[in-house]
Amino acid sequence: MELYLPLLFTFTLAVFLGFEVISKVPTTLHTPLMSGANAISGITVVGAILCAGQPDNNLAKWLGMFAVMFATVNVVGGFLVTDRMFKMFKRK
Amino acid sequence: MSDALIQIAYLASVCCFIVGLKKLSGPKTARTGNALASLAMLIAIVAALLDHQVVSFPMIIAGFILGGVAGAIFALKVEMTAMPQMVALFNGFGGIASAIVALSDFATPRPEGVEGIVFASALAIGISVVIGAVTLTGSLVAFGKLQGLVNSAPITYSFQKLGNALLFLAIVALFIPFCGEGHPGWAIVVMMLLSLGLGILLVIPIGGADMPVVISLLNSYSGLAACATGFVLNNQLLIIAGSMVGAAGIILTVLMCDAMNRSLTNVIFGAFGAADSTGAASGEQRSVTKYSVEDAMMTLENASQVVIVPGYGLAVARAQHITHELGQMLEKRGITVKYAIHPVAGRMPGHMNVLLAEADVPYEQLIEMDTINPEFEYTDVVLVLGANDVINPAARTEGSPISGMPILDVDRARTVMICKRSLSPGFAGIDNELFYDEKTMMLFGDAKKTITDLVETLRNGS
Repeated sequence: MELYLPLLFTFTLAVFLGFEVISKVPTTLHTPLMSGANAISGITVVGAILCAGQPDNNLAKWLGMFAVMFATVNVVGGFLVTDRMFKMFKRK
Repeated sequence: MSDALIQIAYLASVCCFIVGLKKLSGPKTARTGNALASLAMLIAIVAALLDHQVVSFPMIIAGFILGGVAGAIFALKVEMTAMPQMVALFNGFGGIASAIVALSDFATPRPEGVEGIVFASALAIGISVVIGAVTLTGSLVAFGKLQGLVNSAPITYSFQKLGNALLFLAIVALFIPFCGEGHPGWAIVVMMLLSLGLGILLVIPIGGADMPVVISLLNSYSGLAACATGFVLNNQLLIIAGSMVGAAGIILTVLMCDAMNRSLTNVIFGAFGAADSTGAASGEQRSVTKYSVEDAMMTLENASQVVIVPGYGLAVARAQHITHELGQMLEKRGITVKYAIHPVAGRMPGHMNVLLAEADVPYEQLIEMDTINPEFEYTDVVLVLGANDVINPAARTEGSPISGMPILDVDRARTVMICKRSLSPGFAGIDNELFYDEKTMMLFGDAKKTITDLVETLRNGS
């Protein structure tokens, strides 16, 4: 149980920080913010890699492969489409 | 690479994420911010690949290729009008990826000497699977409604709320066997199946017009699922990045609810669109004055400030580009042109801004509701294109379904020009007094055609 307490601290602080940082994003950019958030939620790819890279070919490894796939769709798709939108806002 | 080095790489990644997100505070730095966030993700992926636990690569590479190609195709092909659907779909993918990672961790045999699953890790696995599964099916239903694959009208039936509440309680109850002795696998499988069902049932009663709230909320869930997975894997990076997404989703959800003057509970359980549309047909026939394109042109040419109010109808008609052309022609005549953006003008937060940016409208001309409202008094002409409820003065009076909803005060301007197909009411199903006001010029017809005619007339007239 003690193992989880530092994580709970991290989580709580990160939520406060998240509200602080995200509330500064102007309304104009809320759609790219959402697609960017999509990409960031793909961070779970890190966990997916650890599962898919196990030595033995078992259920966990196959599940890991699907998780890598879904998370990569988000990472690649999310960052690319967000960049596409920001490019539109930048040009004059 | 040693564990300590990997942790330091994760820390570097966290820093890049936060600085990247901070740079989203302005359109000028936003693109760099996004690039920084991508760099953060790259650092995290490389660090994970170098982890000593990772010894077999074929499955990882297969996942990268399949996911990467699909993601790139989505991102490069998607139309800006279809962004809400794409975000909905990606919310679902993020959620299910996190749930699968938690499941996979559960299925991983623990090596000798390593502590097995304890109460707290079982709890984290359960939460991750439940949130991830609800996010997946909820997002798929939202995607289907936005894409027009399923009827976007709210689906309601008797004992709906009770049924959903019971289903939710059943899921919660399953935590008891799952977190208890032995951590049976069946419990997590049943939990996941019930959660997949709950996701569908929670979103079907919500109408198409309320989808911006639903997408924002699911956006938040996809982040929380990643957070829960961070607890499962004892990984701080997942927790921090997931919290950022969770916070973003919550902020947007609250903003959207405020813009519609409705509570979150009301949006989720209210089944708005299903309400009877009383007041839509008040019976009495009133006359409106129809104006021609020439009348409109003369009024526009004599104005010194024109504010354009774009609605979703404009985007559907793909008329942003021609509207921008009209705006530029007016500017050439020395007229100040601004665009008033209501928070719920599109199908997701900030959607209208993206659609106008796509048509090269400079973002300086896109003015938020609170900033533009005091300016209407000094505005000569307001040109309303495919918007209705967001300009309905009925919101200021008691007893209307939209009472209290923040609106654009277009009726304070000298002349209000409304391009509309007919007098039909908007989503809220209520009549708009403004149509019958004597300072209102109704231009009936397809918005795109009307604007095109205006542009032609202006071009020939000068």
